[in-house]
Amino acid sequence: MVNPKSAYSIPTKKGKSDTHIIVVWVDNEAGVLARVVGLFSGRGYNIESLAVAEVDATKNISRITIVTTGTPQVIDQIKLQLKKLVPVHKVADFKREDKKVIFKEMALLKVVGNKKKIDKCLRACKNFNPVILDKTKLSIVIQITALRREIDKMSKKLKPLGLSSTSRTGAIAMTRGAEVFK
Amino acid sequence: MSKLYTGAEIVFKCLEDQNVDFIFGYPGGAVLPIYDELKNHSSIKHILVRHEQGAGHAAEGYARSSGKPGVVLVTSGPGATNVVTALTDAYMDSVPLVCISGQVPTHLIGTDAFQECDTTGITRPCTKHNWLVKDIKDLSKTLHEAFRVATTGRPGPVLVDIPKDIQFAKINYSKPKKEKKSNGKMNNKFSQSEISQLINLIAQAKKPVIYTGGGVINSGPKASDTLREFVRLVGFPITSTLQGLGAFPGDDNQFIGMLGMHGTYEANNAMHDCDLLINIGARFDDRITGKIDEFSPRSKKIHIDIDPSSINKIIKVDLAIVGDVNEVLKAIIKKINDKKNGLKQSNKQNISKWWEQIQKWRTKNSLGFINSDKTIKPQHAVKRLYELTKNQDTFITTEVGQHQMWAAQHYKFNKPNRWMTSGGLGTMGYGLPAAVGVQIAHPDKLVIDIAGEASVLMTMQEMSTAVQYNLPIKIFVLNNQYMGMVRQWQELLHEKNYSESYSEALPDFVKLAEAYGCKGIKANNPNELDIKIKEMIDHNGPVIFDCQVDPNENCFPMIPSGKPHNQMILGPSDKKENKITGKGKALV
Repeated sequence: MVNPKSAYSIPTKKGKSDTHIIVVWVDNEAGVLARVVGLFSGRGYNIESLAVAEVDATKNISRITIVTTGTPQVIDQIKLQLKKLVPVHKVADFKREDKKVIFKEMALLKVVGNKKKIDKCLRACKNFNPVILDKTKLSIVIQITALRREIDKMSKKLKPLGLSSTSRTGAIAMTRGAEVFK
Repeated sequence: MSKLYTGAEIVFKCLEDQNVDFIFGYPGGAVLPIYDELKNHSSIKHILVRHEQGAGHAAEGYARSSGKPGVVLVTSGPGATNVVTALTDAYMDSVPLVCISGQVPTHLIGTDAFQECDTTGITRPCTKHNWLVKDIKDLSKTLHEAFRVATTGRPGPVLVDIPKDIQFAKINYSKPKKEKKSNGKMNNKFSQSEISQLINLIAQAKKPVIYTGGGVINSGPKASDTLREFVRLVGFPITSTLQGLGAFPGDDNQFIGMLGMHGTYEANNAMHDCDLLINIGARFDDRITGKIDEFSPRSKKIHIDIDPSSINKIIKVDLAIVGDVNEVLKAIIKKINDKKNGLKQSNKQNISKWWEQIQKWRTKNSLGFINSDKTIKPQHAVKRLYELTKNQDTFITTEVGQHQMWAAQHYKFNKPNRWMTSGGLGTMGYGLPAAVGVQIAHPDKLVIDIAGEASVLMTMQEMSTAVQYNLPIKIFVLNNQYMGMVRQWQELLHEKNYSESYSEALPDFVKLAEAYGCKGIKANNPNELDIKIKEMIDHNGPVIFDCQVDPNENCFPMIPSGKPHNQMILGPSDKKENKITGKGKALV
């Protein structure tokens, strides 16, 4: 073993990392997103995507959906640390593989090219609820909703067909069935 | 229609309703309306510091010695940034502080106005919560909420940023609502089955150890009484972290000394070899655990803590009980006394062999050192200070470094709230302003800052505060001309390359004391030490005591970098010293 020459202990073996979707209900007030995001950056947790908007205007509640990866221990810490924040009401945590939960992300794709290429693009998107938001002779803006990795795949696939711009929302989540997370 | 108050008046009305007696602060442009209002509130005394960091640490000292939240008042910009170190320190050591900062008027926020800074942005990661009050309607509610957040659950610092126009604006004042006992951020919902599980583990243990921390102190003086009752009831050995000292009497036979990097041989070995580890209000800090993989490998671990995020953060535990230490301990004692869990009167017989083992470790006398009749050994100085002050109720603060560890090792505390030290953040310059705060809270008690000459120079200006308010604090400087702990690490880990750890120029501390208008005492050799310490204690006023100690002394025992508890380096008085030093050298 190399002598670490440090007042701190050497890093220990890391466990297996999983992707989790963390949903946080917060008071919609100034600085609340900075608190949540600052907690992640300050403690060295990573954020793959982030989606946030007010969901209850009367109660002033915003819902933040964060996709993150970490060992079970890190995910536990993320949840516990989030719960300590004063404006946080509740925290839910779903594994990406969880069948009881719907994950969706929306993307806007702008394709610039001739009709042939545009039609090809539309065909490629057909499994992901494509909506044509704008169309000109030379371009099209398509809205699709899909899983994160499906959109990743689509981006790659459409690149050679003239995809010139992508805008994505970050994943959002909802449990299936009548159950509501408390 | 009810009377209208200005924001500044509301600040004081809130402070009065929160029973605040003292605020530590420093005026400036953006808090002038609040300072203007000060004269109308005779029940609140303002302590003028010389630097805002000093205000923060003084408020910490006040809070930790009194159990009440410390209140700090600073101006915008540099006032707020100067207090950041103290807020971070309080956050790491869970000290309740309420910091009120002035801010530029709301219409100037974001324009890079004079003395503007993003105070809530800067302090967000070093407070439990903070608020920027943009509407006078929110002011009283926010201030009362600030006190609630600071003092409930795991305590900590909060900050309320009040723009100057809000301080002038007028509104009605509403008294704080009676607090509901249960709220979302309080965690005191442990179950009886958890208590039963704990008692079962206690009943089975053959080699148990209790490891207590600052949470016991934060749970209030009653928690220390309850802890003593619990420890006597089960007869287990007890060790404590740096922050927990005083919760259990330091001179009691069941107390096996502080644990961790500079803890005793018996405490660290007990932690390593135990079969049951009961953590009460401590957080498995890295100065405690050493190498995580080899931390207490054969034990069942129980963790009692009010903060759920402390549990399983560093060390996986077998049983977690989230709750206030005093409440949990009371529940345990009650259940043991009910004898419903098969735990007989005591299992002291079960653990008699364990005690024998601990006695064997004790004979190592790991805190031993080779005394000298020519130079003052720093350990000897702390021991003499203890012997000469133990008959009165003494409050000790420290700076950070070797002197801090020697103080923790050789000064025995018998009561909680008597020991104020910066453990988590390790802030050099903490002790002197903290002593100011302690003396404010306890004007008739003996307050000593055991200091190092390097640390104390970082906040030396607060001597002026002590003189202004006639606070008879004693600054006991163990002067070795080195940043001793830095020098020790350089000796052990960096081939004695003492890079920048020697202070080539130091002030004459006696003259410095005189310049501040207080008394300076200097001790050069062991023969005069006792007389001079007595002179210091007897002097009715602030004293700077320059204790010239052996500059080459190292702090032992010590767990070196990345090592588990059972691989300590012992001091030079140990007979196997040569072998261990040889091995120790190979390690570094």
